[in-house]
Amino acid sequence: MGIHVEGVTKRFGSFTALNEVSLDVQQGSLTALLGPSGSGKSTLLRVIAGLERPDAGRVTISGEDATGVAPRKRGVGFVFQHYAAFKHMTVRGNIAFGLKIRKRPRAEVRARVDELLALVQLQPFADRYPSQLSGGQRQRMALARALAVEPKVLLLDEPFGALDTRVRGELREWLHRLHDEVRVTTVFVTHDQEEAMALADQIAVLHDGRIEQVGSPRDLYDQPQTPFVMSFVGAAAQLGERWVRQHDLDLRLEPTAGALEARVERIARLGFEARVELQLAGSGTVWAQMTCAELNRLELERGDTVWVLADRARVFAESS
Amino acid sequence: MRRLTLRTVALGYLALILLGPLSVVFWRAFEKGFGPAWNAVTTPEAMHAFQLTLVIAAIAVPANTIFGVLCALLIVRHPFPGKGLLNALVDLPLALSPVVVGFALFLLYGRTGWFGSWLSGHGIQVLFALPSMILATAFVSIPFVVREVVPVLREIGTDQEQAAETLGASQWQTFRRVTFPAIRWEVAYGVVLTTARSLGGYGAVSVVSGRLAGQTETATLYVSDRYENFDIVGAYAASVVLALMAIVVLLTMNLLRPKEGVH
Ligand SMILES: Nc1ncnc2c1ncn2[C@@H]1O[C@H](COP(=O)(O)OP(=O)(O)O)[C@@H](O)[C@H]1O
Ligand SMILES: [Mg+2]
Repeated sequence: MGIHVEGVTKRFGSFTALNEVSLDVQQGSLTALLGPSGSGKSTLLRVIAGLERPDAGRVTISGEDATGVAPRKRGVGFVFQHYAAFKHMTVRGNIAFGLKIRKRPRAEVRARVDELLALVQLQPFADRYPSQLSGGQRQRMALARALAVEPKVLLLDEPFGALDTRVRGELREWLHRLHDEVRVTTVFVTHDQEEAMALADQIAVLHDGRIEQVGSPRDLYDQPQTPFVMSFVGAAAQLGERWVRQHDLDLRLEPTAGALEARVERIARLGFEARVELQLAGSGTVWAQMTCAELNRLELERGDTVWVLADRARVFAESS
Repeated sequence: MRRLTLRTVALGYLALILLGPLSVVFWRAFEKGFGPAWNAVTTPEAMHAFQLTLVIAAIAVPANTIFGVLCALLIVRHPFPGKGLLNALVDLPLALSPVVVGFALFLLYGRTGWFGSWLSGHGIQVLFALPSMILATAFVSIPFVVREVVPVLREIGTDQEQAAETLGASQWQTFRRVTFPAIRWEVAYGVVLTTARSLGGYGAVSVVSGRLAGQTETATLYVSDRYENFDIVGAYAASVVLALMAIVVLLTMNLLRPKEGVH
């Protein structure tokens, strides 16, 4: 059940956008596809929806092989990055679209649209056109439109990408509550690790068309399997062969066994948290992360010499 | 000051090129009063010419509208080998003199032409008859719908169409409910231009029609026929009818179009 992606490869000309990608999404879960721009997130989502045809591999949705099935018969709801609102239809018309296509009785369409308008809190805007809505409202309309036809899976491409930070946070909370309520299997694309961590039960990290690691937010953070995952999911610093979380760097004012000597280059206070840029005696610079309280206790100044302990560093096996 | 000069130049140019000749047409037509002009355009030959022009437009315009929209969809949405060629061919009627188009049809459908010999063997008369006049008119008015629709199809992109698809719409439903509403004003404008060109076409039709008065004479051919026969009132009165047809077409379009910037 859920979504099952197996060995999917997708090329555009000679460029390989997806390279033998496999992924399992549990029924009813909320999964994030996380990765930098160009890593293939949207392509994978579009392959699941049937909007892109893979060169190899299979997609199974709710136990049925969907690989050769047209998008309109897959039972997926897709929310596009830029909403793809039907500009010449009102909010009501947009939401009703899928139901009208299915030739549902008029009264039923009306009732269902009213229900969805309430769900996405757009009742006062039912008769407006998309151009008369804010970004956040358009996004909720697109979501209601996708949910109207009761899809087996809901796919969202950068759902909050085009919104300002505050609306983003609100909508994120709201999507979380919505998912608790509706419980439809959901996959969303994001390049923002914080968003993925805050929202998803499961995160798949993509890098150059491959899946680097799949796991719960906690797994990815605590047990990253590649340097890429370690540095993309939470900030990491590299000390030669060793990788360490920035907040796991332990600064001492006295020489300490096993510690690296470093000079304080820059101090940035960000409110609760502070960052210290360190020039390592060997070579290279790293950022250390700590609370402002801790920074105050250390009484660091620019130019000070410190000793850096990295007890919780990890070493990754030779990779690509 | 600068703006004023600009306006004067623009309006002056329009008056000189457009309004001047147009007012001369009206003035000459009604020089001897309304009666003679009315009589001139209600002769059986004149009536037949107008009717023929309308029949030709009534067939050529819808045909070119459907073809134009399909062609634009093909050019923008479905990359295929030879697409560049199709794109260039669509503009051919703009570049090619209508008289040349007429002669080309003449060669194809003449009694010894490629298609002509076969068709006349089956008793189908194309040249000097309605079919060739429709073909000639359709040929010269092909580009307008395509050229209007292509840019807007590019601009709206495929997002809305793909959204419709994921919501369960078939290709036809997507076209009818999503694509067409987005391009309808460009289609309408293309139709207006196509209609105007069809009503006013002269060169190609004059070659293939044979110009038989009362039989294969369209309105424009009738105007030139009257003029050549020194029937000045007849020529100008018929011109006025043609001008009025064009004005009606443009007004219809403007009435149909919603106010700018509603949504
Ligand atoms: N239709 C396409 N034609 C050619 N290249 C494409 C197409 N779609 C995506 N790509 C390329 O595939 C790569 C992955 O794209 P995408 O899946 O959109 O990345 P992401 O969503 O992670 O930013 C990019 O390098 C992009 O340029
Ligand atoms: Mg993307």
